[in-house]
Amino acid sequence: MTIDLDRPSRRSLMRGAAAAGAAAIVSPLVLREARAQAPFNWKRFAGTSIDVLLVKNPRSDLMQAAEKEFTELTGIKVSAEQVPEQQQRQKAVIEFASGKPSFDVSGISLHVQKRMAAKGKWFEDLTPYIKDASLTAPEFDFADFGAGPVAYARQADGSLDTIPFFVDYWMIYYNKELFEAKGVAFPKTMDEIATVAARLHDPAKGIAGFVSRGLKNANVPVWASLLLGQGIETTSPDGKLLTDTPEAIWAGELYKKLNKETGPAGQVGFNWNECQTTFMQGRAAMWLDGIGFATPLEDPSKSRIVGKVGYGVTPPGPKAHHAGMFADGIGISRGSQKKQAAWLYVQFMTSKAQQIAMLKAGAGAPGRASAYLDTQTISQSKFGKQYFDCLLGSAKVARAALPQIIPVTEFRDVFGVALTNAIGGADVAAELKKATETFAPVLAKSEQG
Amino acid sequence: MTATTLPPVVGAEPAPPASARHSVDFTPRYWLFAAPAVVVIAAVIVFPWIFTLYMSGHDWKIGGGPEFVGLQNYAELFRDSRFLESMGHTLYFTVLAVVLPILFGTAAALVFHRDFPLRGLLRTIFVMPMMATPVAIALVWTMMFHPQLGVLNYLLSLVGIGPQEWVYAPGTVIPTLVMVEVWHWTPLVMLIVLGGLAGLPSEPYESARIDGASDWQMFRHITLPLVWPFIMVAVVIRTIDALKAFDTIFVITQGGPGTASETLNIFLYLQAFQFYKIGYASAVVVIFFAIVILLSLLLLYARQKSKWNA
Repeated sequence: MTIDLDRPSRRSLMRGAAAAGAAAIVSPLVLREARAQAPFNWKRFAGTSIDVLLVKNPRSDLMQAAEKEFTELTGIKVSAEQVPEQQQRQKAVIEFASGKPSFDVSGISLHVQKRMAAKGKWFEDLTPYIKDASLTAPEFDFADFGAGPVAYARQADGSLDTIPFFVDYWMIYYNKELFEAKGVAFPKTMDEIATVAARLHDPAKGIAGFVSRGLKNANVPVWASLLLGQGIETTSPDGKLLTDTPEAIWAGELYKKLNKETGPAGQVGFNWNECQTTFMQGRAAMWLDGIGFATPLEDPSKSRIVGKVGYGVTPPGPKAHHAGMFADGIGISRGSQKKQAAWLYVQFMTSKAQQIAMLKAGAGAPGRASAYLDTQTISQSKFGKQYFDCLLGSAKVARAALPQIIPVTEFRDVFGVALTNAIGGADVAAELKKATETFAPVLAKSEQG
Repeated sequence: MTATTLPPVVGAEPAPPASARHSVDFTPRYWLFAAPAVVVIAAVIVFPWIFTLYMSGHDWKIGGGPEFVGLQNYAELFRDSRFLESMGHTLYFTVLAVVLPILFGTAAALVFHRDFPLRGLLRTIFVMPMMATPVAIALVWTMMFHPQLGVLNYLLSLVGIGPQEWVYAPGTVIPTLVMVEVWHWTPLVMLIVLGGLAGLPSEPYESARIDGASDWQMFRHITLPLVWPFIMVAVVIRTIDALKAFDTIFVITQGGPGTASETLNIFLYLQAFQFYKIGYASAVVVIFFAIVILLSLLLLYARQKSKWNA
């Protein structure tokens, strides 16, 4: 078809107008399609250098091991620093409070610092970055992250300031050999944990029926995980303390009974590492803690119970069935001058490949659902099917155990002392009441400013 | 020799002694020499102190702004049962961690002052704990204290003693931590006292022997009085060190079980770096500093007195 430009007919003009209109409508679609088909440009920030603050753990080791590959892909240089957990938290708080943190990317423990990060406006909202096709590779597939971890990372205002790349579910490790020797089955309810522990408790042989954290602060997640069995957390959705309710006292009594009557001597000073050592040496029948501590249990150079470890989902309580959930996120500092390059780092380090590498290395439970569907990784893993069943089973009933408040550390300290006193013989209800009265003004003050 | 006395000049001020003249010379040409020291002291001692005092008068959390509260932080501290309890723990720990190394260190010095085979080698071995890094030794002791798997309970079982809970029980935690402190710092006391013993004159001992004094009498009436100033130096150093003790306690117990080993330093650390209450923590620092200064002055006075009496 041709149009005579000198003497256009009415029909040719109409045809031309229709063609132009159609082109105007279709062209963005064509462009978008063309962009979608074009390979994602990882090199657009080549030559940039970014600083990263990480917590010292096996997951950060994996990230640092992948830095070379990231730099080859993007041309972005990375200077990452791993700091032990407690000190990393302090560093993050102080640097973010300064308004000019020395790092562009930081990892945080959502179960401790989530609200603090929101209040202090530490991180960028990642939602616009995820939606921007020029900044986010199509294979990133954010929808792959589990609904639970994403909900945990999302702030009350709907912003998503970190990617929840690691999740820790609380479950029960148990010594199959000890269970079989006494013909005992894995507990079906929380109350049954105590009866099963009592049957397996054998101090004469140096075997404790149950072990869990007794050390102040570290012990609060144990109590909080038991409390989930009553269908409540330590605070109500509107932020009121539920720590001296009959449900909280029930969880405290169960905690006391398990530790005082069936725990090893000295467990009042045990943190996770003492519990792990005791269990790993075959000195405890059950251990309630995070699934992220499993790796050394299957290491013959460290453990005497390789191949004998059972992995059980935390049993249901009287009113609900939940597994305590804890998570780590990684985000971009709001004060960073290199936010887009930092986003490339975050998406690379939380990609499907990296999450599978985490699972393969036994470095913890990934936040992505697809990692658990990687049959090759699962079949080659030193952990058996039961471990993965426990992971998936826990994920289905996961619920945040620690309160989503600003002074989490102070909460853990105050209630940790109450729980330690309870193991020592103090009255649970009186201790929790006293702790609640001590902590209530701290919580109220934290919500004011 | 005859002395010549000059008549005083009418209306002139009496001349100050030579030393006083030098001490009050503020001639600008000397300022340059004093300036570096003044700047350094102002920056690293005076300013932090003034700023700590300033912070202690404010309700100040990291991430928030300061709000002036006057002496409220101090008043709150003296109502805080955790703070008062931590003062008691600090005192208990300090007394044991000073007295025991002084006793053992002095005894060791008396032993190593004598001549016996392999004395040099044994003295070197004895001094070795002092060279170890506190955090490293704290980790090793933590493993040894484990109630089920620790080597200490195994050793006790060999001599028929039942397992102990060491740092894992509120009743035994501070004495056990003191045990680590004694192991670590007794060699320092031994070296200080040994230095004192090496400088003692031999004449008093010779006279005492002629007079028929026993070994105990010579120790009680000659050695101890002469070496006492050195022991007092060790007491001052040990007291300051014991009051400051943080690393081993934090690594081994973190102040637990419960708050059973929470000393002032651990309490201070919690307030400042776990709860981020900078104002409140600064008030603890001010009180703690006052305690350290007071104790040090008392001990220095006692040391000076022992010198006068010697």
